[in-house]
Amino acid sequence: MRRRMPKSLLVGAAITLAVVAAALLSWAWTPYPAEQVRIIARLRPPGPQHWLGTDHFGRDTLSMILVGARNSLAVAASAVLLGAAAGVPLGLAAAAWGRWGDELVARLGDLLFAFPAVLTAMLLTAVLGPGGTNAVLALAVFNAAVLARVTRGAAQQAWRREFVRAALALGRGPLSATLAHVLPNIAGTVIVQATILFAVAILNEAALSYLGLGIQPPSPSWGRMLGDAQTFLFTAPLQAVFPGAAIALTVLGLNLLGDGLRDWLDPRER
Amino acid sequence: MPIRFPRLALAALLPAMMAVPAPAQEQPRSQQARTDLVLGMRLEPPHLDPTAGAAAAIDEVTYANLFEALTRIDADGKVVPGLAERWTVSGDGLTYRFTLREGARFHDGTAADSADVKFSLDRARAADSVNAQKAYFAAIDSVETPDPRTVVVKLSRPDGLFLFHMGTGDAAIVAPETAAANKQTPVGTGPFRFEGWTAGDRVVLVRNPDYDGPKPALERVTFRFIADPAAQVASLQAGDVDTFPQFDTYEALPQFKDDPRFTVTVGTSEGETILATNNGRKPFDDVRVRRALAHAIDPKMLIDGVLFGNGVAIGSHFPPHRDGYLDLTERYPYDVEKAKTLLAEAGYPDGFETVLKLPPPVYARRSGELIAAMLAEVGVRASIEPMEWAAWLEKVFRGKDYDLTVIAHTEPLDIDIYARPDYYFNYRSERFLALEEELNRTQDAARRKSLYGEQQKLLAEDAVNGFLFMLPVTTVQKAGVEGMWVNRPVQANDATAVRWKP
Repeated sequence: MRRRMPKSLLVGAAITLAVVAAALLSWAWTPYPAEQVRIIARLRPPGPQHWLGTDHFGRDTLSMILVGARNSLAVAASAVLLGAAAGVPLGLAAAAWGRWGDELVARLGDLLFAFPAVLTAMLLTAVLGPGGTNAVLALAVFNAAVLARVTRGAAQQAWRREFVRAALALGRGPLSATLAHVLPNIAGTVIVQATILFAVAILNEAALSYLGLGIQPPSPSWGRMLGDAQTFLFTAPLQAVFPGAAIALTVLGLNLLGDGLRDWLDPRER
Repeated sequence: MPIRFPRLALAALLPAMMAVPAPAQEQPRSQQARTDLVLGMRLEPPHLDPTAGAAAAIDEVTYANLFEALTRIDADGKVVPGLAERWTVSGDGLTYRFTLREGARFHDGTAADSADVKFSLDRARAADSVNAQKAYFAAIDSVETPDPRTVVVKLSRPDGLFLFHMGTGDAAIVAPETAAANKQTPVGTGPFRFEGWTAGDRVVLVRNPDYDGPKPALERVTFRFIADPAAQVASLQAGDVDTFPQFDTYEALPQFKDDPRFTVTVGTSEGETILATNNGRKPFDDVRVRRALAHAIDPKMLIDGVLFGNGVAIGSHFPPHRDGYLDLTERYPYDVEKAKTLLAEAGYPDGFETVLKLPPPVYARRSGELIAAMLAEVGVRASIEPMEWAAWLEKVFRGKDYDLTVIAHTEPLDIDIYARPDYYFNYRSERFLALEEELNRTQDAARRKSLYGEQQKLLAEDAVNGFLFMLPVTTVQKAGVEGMWVNRPVQANDATAVRWKP
């Protein structure tokens, strides 16, 4: 069956690919070493030497944005993958075996949703200590809860459908039915949700770094660049604009991608 | 009201008398200097009792304005009369006889006499005292009150800094009737009295009409608390704040210096800013490692990068503007190779991993980031851990659970902290203790100077901590304000001599 790709999917994919490309590029090349401090060249406006200017320690802003892309994507991707690794099986199991296990998953989810994601992450990093790895863990906990809930809901719907009932009637066990029929049927929903969560994770990582709880210096991070630039708003306002734009663009791209994927994969249109 | 009425009447009449069609409210203003001041502060005090808290913000509101101590520290750091108008010290340095000002009264109208002094000093040195600087009172053996205007303090051992310490906010004289409520409604003997506190926003002091000393020019001082650096700059630009002492958004100073509406002063504080090092923990228990760190850090780069050039380097734990200072800044010149060699000698040819814990102030966070970058050059991989104040005080300062941290020690003449047995540096030196003991016994100024010199040299030789720079005191204010302190010998915003240029 041929369906037209929604425009948002194309635009979102293009932006996301561009960000990923920037992150990959930073492995191979940045205009300057991103962590190189040169006090004498600090707070330069954008120009031929420093395309996006320099920060308060004279570090090249473009280099920091590029490496920051890598750091942001790495944290967000790890947080989503870890969350999916924990949340999706939990959700599937809850739907397949039901009973008190189902209740447990649902109530645990409710507990986590009672707090905003950033707050949960702040609490966790306060206990575990700030840093990139702990930020990943903190965000993964929230992602796992979201994905478990979405997976459970979608899987429960799938369980009620004829082809699953038929498979069960034909003697398939719950595990086998889940893998063969339920999971492929809900994969689209889960992927869409994961994409949206990716965008949320980028935002939350920036928030944590802004508060000093995320990736630690000297490794650049968009959120911390934003926080550092805050005191220079009057002297070098562009230093706050660039990391802010990077965050906004990435989140926009991922949201468009998620929306586009949802439209494209929506089973109701089949 | 009876005081205010005549001036209001005059203000209304003036334009008419002069037959100038000027707006009524502008004419008197150009004739008559303003008598109110809005003073900006970064941190709000937790409460307003200087005898029960270490927060500098308490003294920055109350010192010399609201509370007085026996002596007072003036803008130059000298000990001058406070509540005591004069005093004598016995030859052995053990007996201090203070004579109190005759008409001194608390803001509630009661007389401030020797009984209040005895109460205040006994309260500060009691076993259950909550005073943040109990050590200041540790040498006191007894406080006697032969008559209402005379206080005799006997010490158990000589204390060369006793008069200085009796001039700090921690030694403020309070009344037994009101002491318990001073945290919220402070009652002192100073030239200003408390009017109100809007939590999160401002504290207002007004002139004390019954003050027995010289009357301040200002009638009202409003302390406004503005934490956000961008908001501080904006409040000055908008004219909401008249003076912002201890303005630490150093990057904004050039724009104020270029603006004729403002004056900027850069003075000295007592804040020796150090890379505090846990001498009791490996690998920092090895003096070669500590010396390697000293060689690896370039204070000039910190002063440029963090303070935008507004600061001076130090080579030990002593401020350059004080008597007895010894210039040791060349003891460990910035030398990456030397640092690497020393690390190799100490058994760390490839450096090591360590944790740099940073409290919230901007100077600490920024210095930490630069220090981590400099240490990386010699192979020491310092991971940064930012902390909130409460956590820093508990874990680092009290718990001594740290490798490295950056902090400014702002108490005046505080080199004696290296003699404290359980201080968080975990530094133990018999020689330093002996010097400190002699210093406490010595009144002779020349000898004291040379003893301070010995102490500084010893700390530099042992490279106890990384000695970075003196934290500057920068004040940004409207060009019409005069009389604010340029330097900060003690934590204070003494408004008693502040006035507007007519």
